[in-house]
Amino acid sequence: MSKKSRTIDIVRAGMKKRKAAETRFRLYGLAAIALGLIFLSLLFVSIVANGYTAFAQSYVEIEVYIDPDRIDPEGKREDSVLSRADYGGLVKATLREMFPEVRSRRDKRQLYRLVSTGASYEIREMVLEDPELIGQKISVWVPVDDEIDMLLKGHIDRNSPEADRRVKDKQIAWVDKLISEEKIEKRFNTIFFTAGDSRDPELAGIWGAAAGSFFTLIVTLILSFPIGVAAAVYLEEFAPQNRFTDFIEVNINNLAAVPSIVFGLLGLAVFINFFGMPRSAPIVGGLVLTLMTLPTIIIASRAALKSVPPSIREAALGIGASPMQTMVYHVLPLAMPGMLTGTIIGMAQALGESAPLLMIGMVAFIVDIPQGAFDPSTVLPVQIYLWADSPERAFVERTSAAIMVLLAFLITMNALAVMLRKRFERRW
Amino acid sequence: MSTRQFLASAGLAGVLSAAVFSGAYAASARDHITIVGSSTVYPFATVVVEQFGKTTSFKTPKVESTGSGGGLKLFCSGVGVQHPDVTNASRRIKSSEVNKCKKNGVKDIIEVKIGYDGIAIANSKKAGQFKLSRKDIFLALAHKIPGPDGKLVSNPNKTWKDVNASLPNTKIEVLGPPPTSGTRDAFNELAMGGGAKKIDDLKKLRKMKRGAPEIKDMMKKLGIPMSVWTAYEKKKGKAPKGKDIFKQVAYAIREDGAFIEAGENDNLIVQKLEANSNALGVFGFSFLDQNLDKVQGSLVDGVAPSFETIADNSYPISRPLYFYVKKAHVGVIPGIREFLSEFTSDKAWGDEGYLSERGLIPMPTAERAKFAADAKNLTPLNMK
Repeated sequence: MSKKSRTIDIVRAGMKKRKAAETRFRLYGLAAIALGLIFLSLLFVSIVANGYTAFAQSYVEIEVYIDPDRIDPEGKREDSVLSRADYGGLVKATLREMFPEVRSRRDKRQLYRLVSTGASYEIREMVLEDPELIGQKISVWVPVDDEIDMLLKGHIDRNSPEADRRVKDKQIAWVDKLISEEKIEKRFNTIFFTAGDSRDPELAGIWGAAAGSFFTLIVTLILSFPIGVAAAVYLEEFAPQNRFTDFIEVNINNLAAVPSIVFGLLGLAVFINFFGMPRSAPIVGGLVLTLMTLPTIIIASRAALKSVPPSIREAALGIGASPMQTMVYHVLPLAMPGMLTGTIIGMAQALGESAPLLMIGMVAFIVDIPQGAFDPSTVLPVQIYLWADSPERAFVERTSAAIMVLLAFLITMNALAVMLRKRFERRW
Repeated sequence: MSTRQFLASAGLAGVLSAAVFSGAYAASARDHITIVGSSTVYPFATVVVEQFGKTTSFKTPKVESTGSGGGLKLFCSGVGVQHPDVTNASRRIKSSEVNKCKKNGVKDIIEVKIGYDGIAIANSKKAGQFKLSRKDIFLALAHKIPGPDGKLVSNPNKTWKDVNASLPNTKIEVLGPPPTSGTRDAFNELAMGGGAKKIDDLKKLRKMKRGAPEIKDMMKKLGIPMSVWTAYEKKKGKAPKGKDIFKQVAYAIREDGAFIEAGENDNLIVQKLEANSNALGVFGFSFLDQNLDKVQGSLVDGVAPSFETIADNSYPISRPLYFYVKKAHVGVIPGIREFLSEFTSDKAWGDEGYLSERGLIPMPTAERAKFAADAKNLTPLNMK
């Protein structure tokens, strides 16, 4: 009896300590999650706070007289003449007309810098599309210069000394006048979503990089999914268990941990230098990223195959299906959601990758939007890197905005993976 | 078994299609100009490229930022559509590179100097402006400096006041580019080398002829181990010049935390300077020009970095920028001639051209005329 009570005493005496330890254990876990969330929200808040302004762009209304003497003095309306004409001159003449008091050469130069160089390209497009406009006075909304945009968004302090600002006092006065005449307004920045790269921040967009990412990922998907699934099926279901297959398995697991830049070097040596494929093309990017995502897809696919219960295989074989029929009609459909999840996660990784693309020339300034997998192009993460490195201040907000777009893509892809898993996970 | 066959045929198909794709590409000509090279010239080249693409019927050229050395390596690798047509450089092409080009069949190279770039040493506006000399820069940042007995010692200077009594009593903390950067090369040569030249013994050392016995005496006097000499001999197969030893001393930047390599991203350096008003930063002039409300350039040898002082060469840390064109590609890749005339037009690189707005410092009119003529007549480079 005395022995029994002693045990219970020991247990009771230790109880408080054990409960405290239990609570602490849970708190550690909670603290880890809280810390993670804090960092994540800090990241999101700083990116969004920096970048949300990039989704708006200030436009100014100008009334341009499409002067036939300037554009097409011979009056033949030939495309070759019209496409090379001096549209910048028209914009400058319009600005001089709007502010007739500006006389000196220096002031005029400052005046011309109110409006983006994109204005002349826009008017050129309009005239080429409809030559009837020549001789008319048209009113167009054109983007303002990036520095004026920064001023209007409050990124340039009006009260700092004039010498320290890139926007001068006179320019501020002109802008204020335009605002009071309601000729400046902020609009949704469609250019950002439809244009390729540009050195003028107000004309720069992510569409070129997004298209490059799209072509690269398509190539990656077309190559890596069938190869990855085929390899996984063979290794999991058909391959004999011997040293050779063990060796392959170890290598696949190792490849999954190889730094991605190594795949870039391999791509440079094999695809570009040996096969003579073009630099900076999505086809090469896709091949390199295929090498990188294959191990991920193979490992995920094998796990998915492993999770299909053996009873299904045995039942199929039992009623007389061949091993291939068992595989194709019974096991694969059940393993497919897991395989797709692995593939999507691999693709998301490939979408965010920039290091291997550095080696194969996809870190480049490309204005034209790529039309296919052989055109030179960049990808979204590379575009972010290039903008982060640009001196113009307006690229700071565009960098953050591009990060937001990339994050949106990544979140969508990962959500899709989660959805697939949730939806098809338990069918037995 | 059927799976095995399937796999084998799939693999074969993959290899075959890759071969077909590449064959098809190599056979077809490239319709856009490919440009590689210096990250310093990149912001200027891209502006010209964009202007060119938007105002002509040619496709917009592709610009890759590979660094000057990397660009010339790609450029010199051969003639043909898979090799770049133009390379940018923040230094002049070396004769070894010209020879390498020749060996690979790249015989005629057209050299175009486009203007100048300054390197600013800047700090936050919240602190006072620094007035440095190049000697101060060397004494503050060199790995080894001459001690009281004339022998080289590990840099003992902790604060700017230690370097020069007229400077503020703050810790030496300089953010700068990594050794892979062209900006770092120029900083080493112009600022560090320029400062080291102000020290008598080093100046004498720099002037000594190849293999001269007095180099060894000077090395002994400075306390440089003879292994530096033998290592050079082993590597290059010849005795060093005084200048070779000088470079090893002058260009070695201290590694005890006073000089912080901040990566190639100059924007990042500007942000860090804003946060830490004691630090100085080393970066290209265009970044100073864009951020004058946040940072100020230090005076070097009494001259502040500005558009005018770099253009008239009175600011000591400035360098010329170039690009090189493969003559064999002119007429093969469409638009090279037109691209050259766009780059060398006054509206681009002139005193009031769009490149000067981006921070490129234009050359004097006569020099511009010379290089524009070279570009127009496709006059090949002649290294003499």
